[in-house]
Amino acid sequence: MIVQLWGTRGSLASSGPDTVRYGGNTASVEIVGADGSILALDAGTGMRRLGAAIDPSVERVDILLTHLHMDHIQGLGFFAPFFRSGEVHVWGPASATLDLRTRLTRYLSPPLFPVRIRDLDARVVLHDAPDEPVKIGSFDVVAQHVVHPGPTVGYRITADGASVAYLPDHEPALGARRFPEEPRWTSGFDLASGVDLLIHDGQYTDAERSSRVGWGHSSFTEAVAFGELVKARRLVLFHHDPSHSDAMLDDMTARACARAATIEVVAGREGDRFNLS
Amino acid sequence: MGQSTANDDVRMEWRTVAQLPIELILVRQLAGGLAVPTFVVDAAGDLVFVNEAAEGLLGLRFEEVGEVSFADWTTAFASRTKGGLRADPATHPLAVAIRQRRPVHGPLRILGRDGIPRSLVVTALPLEGSRGQLLGGLAMFWESSPK
Repeated sequence: MIVQLWGTRGSLASSGPDTVRYGGNTASVEIVGADGSILALDAGTGMRRLGAAIDPSVERVDILLTHLHMDHIQGLGFFAPFFRSGEVHVWGPASATLDLRTRLTRYLSPPLFPVRIRDLDARVVLHDAPDEPVKIGSFDVVAQHVVHPGPTVGYRITADGASVAYLPDHEPALGARRFPEEPRWTSGFDLASGVDLLIHDGQYTDAERSSRVGWGHSSFTEAVAFGELVKARRLVLFHHDPSHSDAMLDDMTARACARAATIEVVAGREGDRFNLS
Repeated sequence: MGQSTANDDVRMEWRTVAQLPIELILVRQLAGGLAVPTFVVDAAGDLVFVNEAAEGLLGLRFEEVGEVSFADWTTAFASRTKGGLRADPATHPLAVAIRQRRPVHGPLRILGRDGIPRSLVVTALPLEGSRGQLLGGLAMFWESSPK
């Protein structure tokens, strides 16, 4: 399968001269299976370009939402496959009292957005994130709740003999007395255990993180520690802070690589492609 | 960057290590910061965490004891009658809370592992996830004056 990053920024889209290389679009990742099945992970502002790149002959696309914060759904209304015939399946977490449709409709309806879900051209099917592993096209998909404010899941996707874990907003250190400690007490461990590619929140520097405990994100050093705990092969630092320039991300990445003993580390850039087959 | 053979084995298929639900992970985080003695059990009723305040109450160090099966902890910290006899472990408030999935509040007499009898008041709650599934439970204890 091929994994392509269309948006790597967190919290707020941040285009500008200082963010050209890593990109300013928020969370959007595409996975294409060997049989042509397409998954879109999250629906940040990067999703507009992702959707434009999907061939109009594709009959079905599945969108996996980790949660419904704005930087993960703002691209939904600009996703080309919604505006032509075909099927778009949207998966995402329900809350304790509301299903995904009800929660998502709060955004995809006036006054926040002019077009309602029912008015889209595509056949749109909404699914609460599954409790059990599901087969989507050629992908085996597992969703589990992870530590982040509000109902939030991470995904593990397996196909073509390779695996990807996607935890773009994740604060595993919050629930740990000594992070990283035993797997049993580590949020996201099962999802990310032994994956070939781990796309993980690395938003903060250590100094920033110390004053933002509970905000739902990790420092890049925590991302490295988590990646090594789960024995992932490669870590993609993701959800870059909107205030971080390309130069700052270069520096953070260099320091992350220096800390990593057993894992390859890169910082996600818009346009990066990973061929895992 | 070298990867071990064991790591490659892990990648072959998705396996779980019985990671606890994040709700329990976060409950432990909460309990660890409370002055109120607190127990946390998983969905099977096994004791997975005791905070420092509860360690003092029970006369044990959780780091030394580790996780304790439902049968063992309900026996070790069974309710006692006024005469000091061990009550049926199944009547322990936390056992009732997770078995019957309802909150339980009331008095509890225990004999700590240090041999000291204590009269307590306990509030036990089942923890249910967003889909209503049982995740575990917690019990909070207050010392009361012996009668």
